[in-house]
Amino acid sequence: MSEVAAPRRSWAERLDWRQLLPRLLAPVAALLIAALISSIALVISDKDPLAAFSSMLDYGTQPDSLVDILNKSTDYYIAAVAVAIGFRMNLFNIGVDGQYRLATLVAAAVGAAPFLDWAPGFLRIVLIVVIAMLVGAFWAGVAAVLKVTRGVSEVISTIMLNFIGGQIVAFLLTTNHLGVQAKGSNDVTTPVLPKDAWLSGIPLIPGSASDVKGFVVVAVLVGVGYWFLLGHTRLGFDLRASGQNATSAVASGVNARRMVLYAMLLSGGVAGLVGLSELLGERHAYSSSVGGLGFTAIGIALLGRNSPVGIALASLLWAFLARASQILDIEEIPKEIITIMQGTTVLAVVVAYELATRLSRRAQQRRVGAAVSEPGPDKSADRSEVPA
Amino acid sequence: MKVLVIVGVAAVALGTAACGGKSSGGNSDGGKKTVKVGLAYDIGGRGDKSFNDAAAAGLERVKKDLNLDVKELEANKDETDNDKLSRLKLLCTSGYNPVIAVGFAYAGDKDTGPIASAAKACPNTKFAIIDDASVKAPNLANLTFAEEQGSFLVGAAAALKSKTGKVGFIGGCQVDLIKKFEAGYVAGAKAVKADIQVEPNYLSTVADKCSGFNDPAKGQTAAEGMFDQGADVVYQAAGGSGTGVFKAAKAKGKLAIGVDSDQYETSAPELKDVILTSMLKRVDNAVFQFVKDEGEGKFTAGETVFDLKADGVGYSTSGGKLDDIKSKLDEYKQQIIDGKITVPSKPANG
Repeated sequence: MSEVAAPRRSWAERLDWRQLLPRLLAPVAALLIAALISSIALVISDKDPLAAFSSMLDYGTQPDSLVDILNKSTDYYIAAVAVAIGFRMNLFNIGVDGQYRLATLVAAAVGAAPFLDWAPGFLRIVLIVVIAMLVGAFWAGVAAVLKVTRGVSEVISTIMLNFIGGQIVAFLLTTNHLGVQAKGSNDVTTPVLPKDAWLSGIPLIPGSASDVKGFVVVAVLVGVGYWFLLGHTRLGFDLRASGQNATSAVASGVNARRMVLYAMLLSGGVAGLVGLSELLGERHAYSSSVGGLGFTAIGIALLGRNSPVGIALASLLWAFLARASQILDIEEIPKEIITIMQGTTVLAVVVAYELATRLSRRAQQRRVGAAVSEPGPDKSADRSEVPA
Repeated sequence: MKVLVIVGVAAVALGTAACGGKSSGGNSDGGKKTVKVGLAYDIGGRGDKSFNDAAAAGLERVKKDLNLDVKELEANKDETDNDKLSRLKLLCTSGYNPVIAVGFAYAGDKDTGPIASAAKACPNTKFAIIDDASVKAPNLANLTFAEEQGSFLVGAAAALKSKTGKVGFIGGCQVDLIKKFEAGYVAGAKAVKADIQVEPNYLSTVADKCSGFNDPAKGQTAAEGMFDQGADVVYQAAGGSGTGVFKAAKAKGKLAIGVDSDQYETSAPELKDVILTSMLKRVDNAVFQFVKDEGEGKFTAGETVFDLKADGVGYSTSGGKLDDIKSKLDEYKQQIIDGKITVPSKPANG
C-alpha cells in the first residue's frame, strides 16, 4: 500500500466517483432486476405486478407496519452483523441459528430463576444480555476450537452445531427441566420473567398503538461497535487483513489462529443477542417462536456487503418485504413472490457487485496507466480500496 | 392434524361493527347481508392432506352452503408470534368477522400470545381458536376435540387387525395435544387385547417448532423402524409427515392409520391400499358450525368440545378394510357415548 508516501488528502478529495458510482448503483440495479423478475413471475401467474407492488407499498408503510418493520429489522440486523463479522475474516458462521437459540434459552432460564429474586429488573436485564452473549460465543467457540486445533471447516461444524444446539434446546425445554406449561396450552416455555425485567417499548411511530421494541437501541449500538471495531481498532485491522489475504497477514505478524478464534467468539457473542428483543420486549419467556433467522441473516449480510450501514438498509428492506407480503394473500396474490424477490435480490447483488468491482478496477487501471505515462507528483491512484 | 394452521375466518355481517370501525359502503346497498370469511394457514398449510385440509374443507362448506365470501391466509416458515399476530390483525382490521385461528401455534402465551393480543386489539371481532383451551377472552371461542375418543376406536381396529400383537404410534410433535391421540389409541388397543404392545414415537418437540408435522422423510424412517421391529399397524398423528408413514407401510407391506381427514380419500392412489382407516377429527364441522352459529348470533365464548357424541371425532370406513369389524367398533363407540367407557386423555407414562 502506497498510502504512506501519498500526501494527506481531504476526505472529499479522496472520494473517487468513478470508483464509487458503480458500487452505489449496484444495489439499485440489483433491486430493479429482482423487481423485474418477480414482475415476470406475477405476469405469468396472471396478476398485475403494479397492483401487487402498490398494495405492498401501501400496507407496508402504515404506522403499524412501520413498527413491525423496525422490530423485525432489529433482529435481522443483529443476526446479519454476527454473520458479517465472520465474513470479514472469510469465516462462514452458518451457526447463528443454533447460537442464539441456545443463548436465548439459557439467558431466559437464568433471568427468570428464583435465586435472582433479590435482583432489581435492570440488573436482570444486564445479566440476561451478558449470559446470552457468553453462551452464543461459547457455542461458536466450539466451532472455532475445532477449526484451529483440528482444521475442521467451520461451515460443516457450525451447521452440525445448529442441530446439536436444537436438540439440547429440545431436551432442556421440557417440563422436567427448564420448561413450564400453562394449563390447557400446548406450548412449553421457560418461566415468565418478572415484570420489572421487561424492556419497555419506545413509541417511535405516531399513529400506531404498538411501540418499537426497546432493544432497537442495542441493535444500533451493535452497529456502531461493529463499525468502530472494523475501522478503528488493531483487532479490526488484523481481522480484515486476514480475511483479504491470510498469507500476507501472517507474514506481517498477525496470528491467524487467534484471529479465527476471536472472530468466531465475537460473531457468536453478537449472535447471542438476536433472540433478546423478543425475550425482553415481547414474549418475556423463551418460546418455540425463537429461531429461524440464521439463514435469513446470511442473505442480509451478503446484500449489505458486510458494511454496518449496508446491513441496516438490507435489514429494513427484508423486513419491509416480509411485512408487506402479508397483504398479498388478501389480494389473492401468491406471496411466494416475495421469496422469489428476496432470492433474486441477493443473487443480483452478488453479480452486480462483481461487475461493479471489475468496472471500477478497470477505471482505476486506466488512470494508473495515464498517470504513469505522463509523469506527475500526485495521482498515486493505486490505493486499493477495501472490497468487502 | 392439528397443527400449524391458522384459520382466520372472518365475516363482516352488516350491522355488526367491523373491527376498525370501517365497513365498506359498497357492500351495504340493498341492505343485503355481505359476509366475508377468511382462512389463514400456518406452516404446512393447505395440501397436508390431513389437519389443514380438514379445516379447508370446512371453509369450502361455509362458502358453498352459507354462501359467504372466504379468505385463506398462509403462514411463512420460521415466523414469529408477532407475524401470527400481524396476520390475525390484518384479517380483523380488513373487516373480517369472525376470525378463526386454527392451530395451537396461534395461542402462544395465554395473555400476550397472537390470539390473545388480536382479540384485545379487535374487541368487536369474534375469534375462535382450534385446539387450544388456555387462552380466554370474551370474544374468543375455544374449539377443541376429544381426539382420545376417536383414537380409541382406531386403536381397537389396529388391535383387531394386528397379527403380530405389536402396533405403533407416530406423533408429529411431543405435546399434550398429540399425547391425547396416543392415550386413546393405547387404551383402545388394550381394550381389545390386554397384552398388546404399543410402540410410541414422536418426531419433534415444541423446541424445534414441531417440525415433525411437516417432515415426511422423518415419518417414513420412524415407521420403517417400527415395521422392522415387528409392528404391523402404525397409527400416525403427524400431519403432513403422515405421507411418509404410508410410504413405509407400502414398502413393507404393512398397514397404517390416517388422521384428521379421511386419508383414504386424500392420499395418492398407490397409497390407498395401506390405509386401514383414519381417525376423523372433524375440524371441518367445527369451522362450519362456528361460522354458522356466529352468523345466527349464537356466539359462545370459552371452550366447546367436539366429541364422539357431537360427531366431532370418529373413524372412516372407506376402502372397506373395516367391514368385518365395524359392528364391534360401533359397539365401543356406543359405550363411549353412553359413558360406559371413559377414555384417558393422558398416556400412562405421562
